[in-house]
Amino acid sequence: MLPQWLRLLGMGAAILLLVVLPPFLSGFLLTLFTQALILGILAMSLDLLLGYTGLASLSQAAYLGLGAYSVGILTTWYRSNFWVTLAVGLLLSAGFAALFGMVALRATGVYFLMISLAIGMVVWGLAIRWVSVTKGDNGISGIPKPELGLPWSPAEALPFYYFALGFFVLSLCILLRVVGSPFGHSLVGIRESESRMRIMGYHVWLHKYLAFVISGAFGGLAGVLWAYYNSFASPADAELAVSVEVLLMVALGGQGTLVGPALGAWLIVLLKNLMSIATQRWVIVLGAVYVLTIVYAPQGVMGIVRQLTEGGENSSP
Amino acid sequence: MCPSQSLEARGGRGPRRRGAQGGEDAEGAGRVEFWTIQLFNGISYGALLFLLGGGLTLIFGMMRIVNMTHGSYYLLGGYVALTVIRTGSTFLLALLVGALAIALVGVVEYKTFLGRLGGKDLPQVLTTMGFALIFQDLGLVIWGGEPQTIPSPAILSGSYQVAGLFFPVYRIFMMVVSLLVGALLWVVLERTRAGAMIRAAVDDAEMAGGVGINVPRVSLGVFALGAALAAVSGVVAGGFVGVYPGADFEILPYAFVVVIVGGMGSLKGALVASLLVGLVDTFGKAFFPELSYFTLFLPMAVILAIRPMGLFGRA
Repeated sequence: MLPQWLRLLGMGAAILLLVVLPPFLSGFLLTLFTQALILGILAMSLDLLLGYTGLASLSQAAYLGLGAYSVGILTTWYRSNFWVTLAVGLLLSAGFAALFGMVALRATGVYFLMISLAIGMVVWGLAIRWVSVTKGDNGISGIPKPELGLPWSPAEALPFYYFALGFFVLSLCILLRVVGSPFGHSLVGIRESESRMRIMGYHVWLHKYLAFVISGAFGGLAGVLWAYYNSFASPADAELAVSVEVLLMVALGGQGTLVGPALGAWLIVLLKNLMSIATQRWVIVLGAVYVLTIVYAPQGVMGIVRQLTEGGENSSP
Repeated sequence: MCPSQSLEARGGRGPRRRGAQGGEDAEGAGRVEFWTIQLFNGISYGALLFLLGGGLTLIFGMMRIVNMTHGSYYLLGGYVALTVIRTGSTFLLALLVGALAIALVGVVEYKTFLGRLGGKDLPQVLTTMGFALIFQDLGLVIWGGEPQTIPSPAILSGSYQVAGLFFPVYRIFMMVVSLLVGALLWVVLERTRAGAMIRAAVDDAEMAGGVGINVPRVSLGVFALGAALAAVSGVVAGGFVGVYPGADFEILPYAFVVVIVGGMGSLKGALVASLLVGLVDTFGKAFFPELSYFTLFLPMAVILAIRPMGLFGRA
């Protein structure tokens, strides 16, 4: 554990950065911050699986896609308001996770990873081929700004940022409650030793299954916000590269910390966009960051922070 | 865009019916022709997938690495061959150079980073993913963003005509290459000293090391072989659907499905699964064009539900 003062300092800095700073940011940086919040939710949803349950999933883009297409289809065809799209997006992604989780969770380890990749491709395949519903390659454009049915509307960039921030904080709180609960501790137990948990009488499969579904739902939430943010839903939301990037966010930030992956999302979004101004070769840089992180800092930024603060102390990893 | 769709759309070399297209033909004859053509396309596509999935399954069986760079080997192999052919050499030479170059790339990747991770599953996967991104962009830098086609020799163009149906020579060539490679692999693995060493190292690395087999070197050799196979499939496919940015991540899920369905590490499984995947995918696209990915992944889900280790996988 980090010392109390450092945690408070970090938290204070984060709040300052996220709440107070944005009105002073340029339009460009503001959009990056908004992106980072939404992708942060996606990264945290993966962290519940990877960091806490030990399930490396490559299907996270599928939930982003399901959420995004729910918004795209409902708003452009039925002019649905925000709450309807949110409910459908969450149900659809959780339902998809519930269905395919039954298949994927028959496997463990890298086997699970490969199956999750294939499952993720199902959504991408539908997005690109089911042209009559998804408009295929062109994607669904013209998604309006969210209609909340309230006097306040997040149509402009800054209000939308705070709108996304609200959902981000809500997700963080809920997920922190989940991982802090007995259920969350059982997940960590499963990550550490599945067989031991089974012998102790825990229903291992059910725990993993619930984690998978919860993760899917939060991924769907990110997708809903993502579509409103872009005013656009396209197969690019559901492609493999997104799942790969989210995995990098979690690894870079530090898995099993929730805050770390959110930080990772923020770092990757900034890195990617600022790099792409400086050079066209940012994908190479991203790949290099990936490899170097895994080889030299497997516990990510949070791991480095922990090492620095605990320096000489003799503590367990 | 999906590979086998592009097989038909880009190459335009799929077998065709003589005369008018469409469903106005006599019902019975048309149906037989349809099935024959789809069967042929499915098997030849499966042959291509075997080259790709075979390499992936070998690597996994040997060192438990799920190699996300496999699609990159496929693409880069095609690109290298393209460059070699442009210098005026033959298709066969380009195929060999492509395979060797990519084997070397695999060796360097393994030696510099992968081998250092001490056999830990997840870090290995993530590292190969990083390499996949690097190779994707390198390919774009060196060979540009335009789709290109590897010129295939004249003897491989055209088609055989049997009973009013045209069977493209290139698709037959794909089957022959796959068959040859498969037979060669079988002979090497089952009938040679090197093969015996590989099998021993797969079964029990520690014991194999104990009786004097240099396991790290055998592993490296298998990794190189797997990479070379991916490159061969890339070159063969490149003469057909072309080489283009994005082909790496497009083909990767197919390779994964082949390995998952066949059972990870089983070459026999990869053979059966690649034919199965090739056929299911081809027929799926013919019958339910809008749900093509579902038709591919649903059988996978069913097989996994019954046999979680795949058709020929070992628990």
